[in-house]
Amino acid sequence: MRTFKIVSLVLLASMFLSACGGGATPVPPTQAPAPAAPTAAPTAKPPEPTKPPAPAKFECKDKLGCVDIGPSDPVHIAYAFVTSGDNSTLGLDTKYGAELAIDDAGGKVLGHAIKFDGQDAGCSAEGGQAAATKIAADNTVVAVIGTNCSSEARAAIPILLTQAGLSMISPSNTAPDLTDPAKHVAGYFRTAHNDKVQGAVAADFVFNQLKFKKAATIHDGSIYAQGLANVFADSFKKYGGTITAQEAVNVGDKDMKPVLTRIATGKPDLIYYPIFIAEGGFIAAQIRDVPGMEKTVMMGADGIFSPDFLKAGGKNVVGMFWSSPNFSAFGSGYQALVDKYLKKYNVKGTLAPFHAHSYDALNMVLAALQKPGVVVTDPDGTLHVQKQALRDAIGATKDFKGITGNITCSPDGDCADPKIAVYQASADDFAKLEMPKTPAWFPGGPDYKAP
Amino acid sequence: MRRFFERTSLTDIVMFVIGGSLVALVIIGSAATLISGKYGSREWFNFIVYGVALGGIYAVIAIGYTMVYGILRMINFAHSEVFMSGPLTAYFLADAWGRSGFLDQNPVLGLLVIFALAMAVSTMVAVLLERIAYRPLRFAPRLVPLITAIGASFFLQYFFRGLYGANIKVYPEMAVLKTNVQLGAYSIQYVQILVIVAAAIMMGGLQLFIQNTRTGKAMRAVSEDKQTAALMGIDVDQIIVITFIIGGALAGAAGVLYALMFKQVGFLMGFIPGIKAFTAAVLGGIGNVPGAMVGGLFLGLAESVGPNLFLDGLGIPAPYQLKDAIAFTMLVLVLIFRPTGILGETLAQKKA
Amino acid sequence: MSQSPTNRPVALSTALGAGVRIGLIGGIIAVSIALIGMLQAFATRDIISSVVSMSQILLLITFFGCAYMAVTRSGSTQPIFALITGALTGLVSSVLVVALVGLGSVVRLGDMFINATDQLYELLTFKQGLVTGSLYLMGLGLATGVAAAVIYRLPSKARQPVVTAIVGVVAFGLLQDLIRVTLSVWEALTPALKFLYKANGLSIAGAVTLFVLIAAISYIRATRGNQIQSGLNGLPPASRKTLRWAFILIGIVIVLLLPVFLGLYLSDVLDFVGLYLLMGLGLNIVVGFAGLLDLGYVAFYAIGAYTVGILTSPEHATGIIHNWWLALPFGVLAAVCAGVILGIPVLKMRGDYLAIVTLGFGEIIRLLALSDFLKPWEGGAQGIQGIPSPDIGPIRFVQQQLTLPLLGKLQFTPSQQFFYLFLGGCLLVIFIATRVKGSRLGRAWMAVREDEDVAQAMGINLVATKLMAFGMGASFGGLAGAIFASKLQSVYPHSFNFLVSINVLCIIIIGGMGSIPGVVVGALALVGLPELLREVGDYRYLFYGGVLVVMMLTRPEGLWPEATRRRELHEEAEPAEAGPALAGGTTVK
Repeated sequence: MRTFKIVSLVLLASMFLSACGGGATPVPPTQAPAPAAPTAAPTAKPPEPTKPPAPAKFECKDKLGCVDIGPSDPVHIAYAFVTSGDNSTLGLDTKYGAELAIDDAGGKVLGHAIKFDGQDAGCSAEGGQAAATKIAADNTVVAVIGTNCSSEARAAIPILLTQAGLSMISPSNTAPDLTDPAKHVAGYFRTAHNDKVQGAVAADFVFNQLKFKKAATIHDGSIYAQGLANVFADSFKKYGGTITAQEAVNVGDKDMKPVLTRIATGKPDLIYYPIFIAEGGFIAAQIRDVPGMEKTVMMGADGIFSPDFLKAGGKNVVGMFWSSPNFSAFGSGYQALVDKYLKKYNVKGTLAPFHAHSYDALNMVLAALQKPGVVVTDPDGTLHVQKQALRDAIGATKDFKGITGNITCSPDGDCADPKIAVYQASADDFAKLEMPKTPAWFPGGPDYKAP
Repeated sequence: MRRFFERTSLTDIVMFVIGGSLVALVIIGSAATLISGKYGSREWFNFIVYGVALGGIYAVIAIGYTMVYGILRMINFAHSEVFMSGPLTAYFLADAWGRSGFLDQNPVLGLLVIFALAMAVSTMVAVLLERIAYRPLRFAPRLVPLITAIGASFFLQYFFRGLYGANIKVYPEMAVLKTNVQLGAYSIQYVQILVIVAAAIMMGGLQLFIQNTRTGKAMRAVSEDKQTAALMGIDVDQIIVITFIIGGALAGAAGVLYALMFKQVGFLMGFIPGIKAFTAAVLGGIGNVPGAMVGGLFLGLAESVGPNLFLDGLGIPAPYQLKDAIAFTMLVLVLIFRPTGILGETLAQKKA
Repeated sequence: MSQSPTNRPVALSTALGAGVRIGLIGGIIAVSIALIGMLQAFATRDIISSVVSMSQILLLITFFGCAYMAVTRSGSTQPIFALITGALTGLVSSVLVVALVGLGSVVRLGDMFINATDQLYELLTFKQGLVTGSLYLMGLGLATGVAAAVIYRLPSKARQPVVTAIVGVVAFGLLQDLIRVTLSVWEALTPALKFLYKANGLSIAGAVTLFVLIAAISYIRATRGNQIQSGLNGLPPASRKTLRWAFILIGIVIVLLLPVFLGLYLSDVLDFVGLYLLMGLGLNIVVGFAGLLDLGYVAFYAIGAYTVGILTSPEHATGIIHNWWLALPFGVLAAVCAGVILGIPVLKMRGDYLAIVTLGFGEIIRLLALSDFLKPWEGGAQGIQGIPSPDIGPIRFVQQQLTLPLLGKLQFTPSQQFFYLFLGGCLLVIFIATRVKGSRLGRAWMAVREDEDVAQAMGINLVATKLMAFGMGASFGGLAGAIFASKLQSVYPHSFNFLVSINVLCIIIIGGMGSIPGVVVGALALVGLPELLREVGDYRYLFYGGVLVVMMLTRPEGLWPEATRRRELHEEAEPAEAGPALAGGTTVK
C-alpha cells in the first residue's frame, strides 16, 4: 500500500519535475517580446532539436516574433479539429482535405518536409481552449488550420491569435460574428462561407423564386443550425413572408413525426432545416408519412449536402432543395480531389462538405509562406518564419485560385468566395446517390424554373 | 385523521406540493391543448402509435438492464454498446442484400438472418463483457463495476468506430415495410406494426421463460439471493452468463428493430437509447421484467405525446426540444408517488 | 486473475493447451488492433528512430504479453516446457495475423472493415510481400514468445529491472512529443534531449542508455530500497521532524511556482485538474460521505456557471453586476438552492432510483439551458458571452510580463493566473471538506451511508442530513462552474452534458471514495491522462475506457483510499459466502 502512496506522489512529482523548466531563460534573442502580442510560451522556448540561430546572422524584428526551423526540421502546421465524438466526421473530413493538399504539394514546402498534426477540439469551448493552449505551447508551429465549430473558435482565438501570434484559417466556421467588423480578431481567416449570406440567399429563393409565403424552420440546438435558421427566418420575414413555426429537435432524436405533425398544423409551404445528416435524414425519411406534410417542400443547407444524406432520407429527397456553396463554381480539380479522397481513406463518400475548403486553406498557408519577405532563409538552410509577415501575406491573398473558387481575403477575414447557390435533387441524382452538380438557381442568375 | 397527520412529515407535504403542482401543470396544459383543438383525432392516433412503437424498443432494451440489475445489482452502462454492436455489424449484410435486391424479394428470410446475425454479435459482446469486466468484480462495492461498465462503454464505442468507421450507415429501404395499413381514417406502417409485435413477442416469450422453465426459476432464485441459491445447488456463474446472453440477444434484436424503424446506425447510436432504456427500467420498477415493459411504453408515450399535449398548451415554443425533460419529469412524478416504480420491485429486500 | 507461478510439474499437454488458447486470444487481440487502424496510425511514429516503429512495438507487446501470461499459467518447472509454451503462444498469435493478411488478399475485407487496406497488409508483412512477410511475422512471433519465456525464467531480481526498463524505454518513446516539448524549456537539458531523441523517436544510443539507467535504478531500489527506508526511520525524531518540515516547505514553494515551471500548456491542464477537483470534492460529499449516488452533478456546475454568466454578461439585459467576484456568491447560492430542491423529491428514494432521478435532473437542466423556451434569458444554443475575468483590484487577468528575482522576465498568461484562483478555491474547499468530515455532520453522513434505517433509529435527522449533503456538494459544484465561466469568458449549454457527471464520478471512485487525498490523486490521474493520451490522437477514448476498466480490476479501492475501505475490500479477497454480515461492501444507497 505504501508503494502506491509513493507511486501517487511520484506521479505528482514527475509531472512537476518532468516539466521543470527554467523560468531562468530570459527572452531569447530571436523573439521580441511585445506586451500586446507576445509569443507562444511564457517561458520562451528555443526550438528543441537545433541550436538557436546565431544572433549575429538573423535578428527577428517581426512584431509577433519568428519561428525558427532548423535545416533538417519540418515546417510544422497544426490543426484544431473535432476528431472525436458526434461531429468527428466533420473534423476527419477537414483533416483529410488538408492532408490531401500536403500530398499534392509533394509533402514539402521551401525545401522542408511538412509536419501536419494537431489537437482534438471536441466541438466545445473548453475543448477549443485546451487544443489552442496545447498548440500555442508548441513554438514550432507556424500556422493553424482550424477550427470546425464556432464555439471552439471563440475560445481558441484569444490564445492562438492574440497570445501566440499565430494565424488561423478555418475551413468550416460559418458563424457570422467571427468576421463581424466589431468582433473580428486579426489573424483569423476562413475559407468557409458566412452564414449571413447563406440564410439570406435561401430566403430570397423561397420567397421570390418559389413564391412561397409560409415557411417553417427546424434547428437542432447547435450554434450553427440555430444561427442559420434565425437568419433565414429574419430574412424571410423581411421579404414579407410568414414563419409559421420555428421548431427545434435535439441531436440524437430519431422520431421526427411528432415534431412534423406539429408543424403540419401551421400548413407551411416549405420547411427549412439547416441541420446535419443524422437528424436531417430522419426528417426527410419520415415527412411524407405525416398527414398534412405530403406536399410540403423541403430545404436543407450545407450540413446535409452529402450523398450520405440522400441515402438516409430515401426517395423523399427527390425534388428537395439545398442552400450550399456553389460547387459547380468549384475548380476542375474538385473531382480529382474527391477521387483521391475516396481512394486514400477507403470511404464510400466524402464525410462532410468542407474538405475542399480545408484543401484551399492549407494551400493558402503554403502560398503565403512562399511569398517574398515572409520567410528568411539562412545559407545553411535554417528558416525564420516571421509571424506578422505571414499573417499579412495570408490576409493579402487575392484571386487565389482555389478549388472552392477565387479566394480573396477581406479585411475582416472572410476569404471565401461566397457564392451560395440553391440546388435541387432530381430522381436521377437519387438513383445514382450523387448530389446534383449544377445549381438550380443562384443570386443574379436566371430565374428558377421547376423541372 | 389524526393518525394521518402524525404520519406525514413536512417533507412529505413539500413533496406532495411539488408533485401536485407538476400534475396541475400537466392537466392545465393538456386541457388547453385539447380545448384549442389544434390536433385532430388522427394526429393523436399517430402520436400514440409513434409512442408505442418507440416505447416497445425502449422496453426491449430495458429488459436487458433490468435483468442484469436484478441479478448482479449493477447498472450495466455498457449495455448501450451491446445494443449498438449487433445492428452495426449486421448493416453490412443488410446493405449488400438491399443493393442486390435479395432483401426485397425475400423479406422474411432476409430479416430473420439479419436478426440472427445481430443477436449473435450482441450476445458475444455481452458475454465477453461479463467474463472480462464484470466477473472479477462480483463482490466489489456497487460503484466499482459501474466505473468498469463506463470504461467498457467508451472502449467499445471507439473500438467499433475504429473497425467500421465514424460515418453514419443507413439501412436499406424495404418496400414491404413502408407500406401502410389502413384502418378507416387511420393508418399505420408495417414497420411500426413489426416493431410493436416483435417487441410484444419477445417480452411475452421472456416472461413465459422466466415463470415456467427451470432455468427461469433459477434466475429468479439467484436474483432473490445469490448465496442461498448457490447453497441450493444452482450454478450461479452459469445463470449469470445465461442472463447476459438473453439480455444481449434481446438488445441485438431491439437494435435491428431500431435500425428498421429509424434507418441510421453509427457507433454512438447506443448512448441515448441506453439512458432512456435505463430510465424505463427504473420507471417500471427495477429488477422487474414486466415493469421494464410498462416503463418503456410509458416513456415512449411521454416523449411522443407529452410535448404536444401539455407543453404546447402552456405556450412553450419549440416544445420538442424539451421532450427528454418531460420524460425525466414524468419519472420524478412517478417516483414521488410510487417510490419503487410503477410495478414495484420484485426484490424482497428494499435495500438496494 | 493470473495465478502465481507454482512449482508443480505440469504435463506438457496442459502447458501446450494453455499456450494455444492464450495464443489464440493474443492473435485476436493483434488482429483487432490491426483492424481498428491503430497500427496504421502509429506507423509514422518511431519508438527507436528508424529501427522500430510504434506499430511494431504494439504487435510485439501483444505477442510478448500473451506469451508471458501463457508461460506464467503453465507454471512449469522445466525450462524447456516454458520455452516451448512461450514459442507456441507467440507462433499461434502470429499465425492468426498471417491468416488476416492471407484472407485479405483473397476477400475484399475493406468493404466492411475500413482499415483493412493494402497499406495495412504491407505494414503487417513488413513490405516483404505475402509469403516472405508471413514468414517474418511467424518468426517474430516465435522469437517474442521465446524471449518472454526466457525473461520469465530469469531470477526475479533480474527480471524486474529488465521489464521495468523495457516499459520505461517504450514510455519515453511513446510520449516523445510531450517530453520533448516540456523539457525543452530548460536549456541545460537540451544536449541531453538531443542525445536521447532524434527527429522521430529515440536514438539508438539514447534507447540503450535509458534501458541501462532504468534497469539500474530499478535494481537499486529493489535491493537497497528497504535500507534507505529504514535508514530514514532510524533517524532521531527531531531531525525527522525537521526533514518533514523541509519537505513541506519545498513542496509549498514548488506548488506556488508551478505555473512558472510548467509553461503554458501544462498550466492549462492543471487548471482543468483544479476544476474537476472542485467538482470531485463536492460530489465526494454526496457520494463518498453520504452515500447518495448522484449522476447529475453537472446540473450544479451548470447553474453556477449560468448564474454568473447571466448576471455579468453585458450582452444581456440581466447583466447588472460587472464584477465577477460580486456575482460569485449568487452563483454558489443558486447552486445550493438547486441542490436542496433536487434533494427534496429524492429523500425517500434509494440506490438506483436516486441515481436515475439525479441523472434526469442533470439532463433537464442542460435541456432547459439549450432550449428556445429560455433563450431570451440565457442565450439558448448560442450561449452567453462576454463574461468578465476575475479581476480584483490591481490584479488583471490579462497577459503580462512579470519580473521575478531569480528567474528574470516571464510571460504570465491568464491560464497561469487562473491556476492561483483554482489553488485558492481548492484549498478552501479541501479545508471545509476535511473539517466537515470530522464533525458531527460528517459522522452523520457516514452513518447514513452505511445504513439509513439504523442511522434514523439512532436519532439522526435523515432529511436535514441528506439535504445538507446535497446543498454543500452543490455549492462546490457551483463554485467550479463560476470559475469555469470566467475562464472561458463564455458559457455554452453543450459543455454541460452527462459525460461531465460521469467523469467526476470516475474521479472520486478511482481516487478512492470518501477520501479527500484520493480525490486529488484521482483528478490528477483522470484529467491529466486524456491530455497525456493526446499523443494517441484518435484512440484517446479507447485507451481511457481501457484504463478505467484495468484500474477497477486491479485496484478497486482506488488510488488513495480511506483506511476503512481498504480493509473492507481486502477482506473480500477471501470467498465471502458466509452470510451478508461479513461481506461488507454494498454500502452505497
